[in-house]
Amino acid sequence: MSCSRRDLLKNTLKGAAVASLPLSALKVLSPAEVKATIGDSDTRWVFLVDIQKCVGCGFCVKACKIENDVPYDVGVTRTWVERYVVTKDGNTNIDTPLGGRDGYNSDMIHGEHIDPDTITKAFFVPKLCNHCKKPACVQVCPVGATYQTKEGCVLVDRKWCIGCGYCIMACPFGARFFHPTLKVAEKCTFCYHRISKGLKTACVQACPFGARQIGNLKDEKDPVSQTIMTKRVGILKDEYGTQPQVYYIGLDERVR
Amino acid sequence: MKSHVFRPIVVVIIAFVLLVVARQLMVPKDFGVHGESFTFGYHRLSNIDEWKNYKTKYRGKEYCRECHEEKVEENLASPHNVLECENCHGPAVDHPEDPETLPIETSRLLCQRCHAFLPYPQSNRALMPAIEPESHNPGMNCVECHNPHHPNLEDM
Repeated sequence: MSCSRRDLLKNTLKGAAVASLPLSALKVLSPAEVKATIGDSDTRWVFLVDIQKCVGCGFCVKACKIENDVPYDVGVTRTWVERYVVTKDGNTNIDTPLGGRDGYNSDMIHGEHIDPDTITKAFFVPKLCNHCKKPACVQVCPVGATYQTKEGCVLVDRKWCIGCGYCIMACPFGARFFHPTLKVAEKCTFCYHRISKGLKTACVQACPFGARQIGNLKDEKDPVSQTIMTKRVGILKDEYGTQPQVYYIGLDERVR
Repeated sequence: MKSHVFRPIVVVIIAFVLLVVARQLMVPKDFGVHGESFTFGYHRLSNIDEWKNYKTKYRGKEYCRECHEEKVEENLASPHNVLECENCHGPAVDHPEDPETLPIETSRLLCQRCHAFLPYPQSNRALMPAIEPESHNPGMNCVECHNPHHPNLEDM
C-alpha cells in the first residue's frame, strides 16, 4: 500500500481531530439533560414591592435579621426600608435609621422636624438584593465564592469567600455588606432555605400588608408574575444593565 | 547543559508540580461551572445544599395554631389578623422544645411601628388608626388598656 506525504499529513490531522473529541461530545442528550446543563430550570425567583402598601413598620427588617442571624444591633442589614419625604421647595429628605428595623414612629428626619404642610409627597421604599439577571457582584468575585443558582438567586459561599470586598463595591444597589462576625461578604439570599422548602421569605411572611411578595417568574399562573407581566412596574437603576429582578409598583423617580 | 542553567529549571519544574498537586488537593471536587455560564455559575456545588439546610426560625401562624388554636382564632377574628403571631411574640424556632417560652414584646414602640401618626398621604400609613405618641398617654404601655388580640376599642 502506497501513501503519499500529502495523504499521510491529511490523515494524521483527521485522526488527531477525532481523537481530541471527548466521548461526552458524542453523547445524545435528552432535552431535560440539556436544560439542566445550560442552567435552565422551571423556577426564576423574583420579588415584587408595592410602595403604596408599605407603612414603614419595619417588621420585615426585624424578621430578616433574626431569621438570617444578621447581628441585630449593628447597622448592617440584608433588607431595609427607606423613607422619602419630598417638600414644596423640591428637597427630598431620605433616611433609614438602623435600616428601619424599629419602624418609623416619628416625623423627625436626621434630627429635623418637617412641617406637614410643606410635604408634597412622602412614602416608604423597602429595598433588598435585586438578584439581578446579570449580577455585577458575581462577575467581580476573584475566587468563585459568589454565584447565581439555577433559580436566579445570588448566593455567597461563606467557606470560600476571602472577604476582599470587591462584590460590595461592585453592587450598584448597596445590597451587600461585610458580615461583622463571620468576616465574609453578606447579602440577601431571598431566604433560599425557606423558598426552596415552599415557604415565603421571612420578610414576606412578616409583612402585614402584602407590600412584599415573592414569586416565580416562569410560572404564568403565579400572581406575582402575572402582576409583573400585566401591570406597570418599575425597577431600580436600569442604567447599570444588571437587569434587577425586584419589581416595584408605584416607584418614584426620586428613589435611587 | 551546564548545571547553573539546569538547576533553576529543575526548581521551577518542581514548584510547578507542587502547585498542580496542591491545587488538586485543595480545590473541592464539586468546584466548577454549574449554571448558565462561567461568569455567573462558577462555584462549589455543595454550597447550594449548605444554604438549603440553613435553620428556619419563623414558623408562621399555622405552626402556632397546632397548639394555640384558640388564640389564633381570636386573632383571625380581629383587625390584627394580618399580623403574624411571631411579629410580637418572637420567632418560634423549635418552640416548645427550644425555646420553652417565647419573650413577648409588649413595648409601646412595637405598636408605634404602625400606629404612630405620620402625615404621609402617599403611603397607606395615612390610613392606619393612629395616635400622637407625645400626647396619647405617654409613658404607658399600650397593652395596659388595649388587648392586642382583639384591639377593637369597644372591647376595652
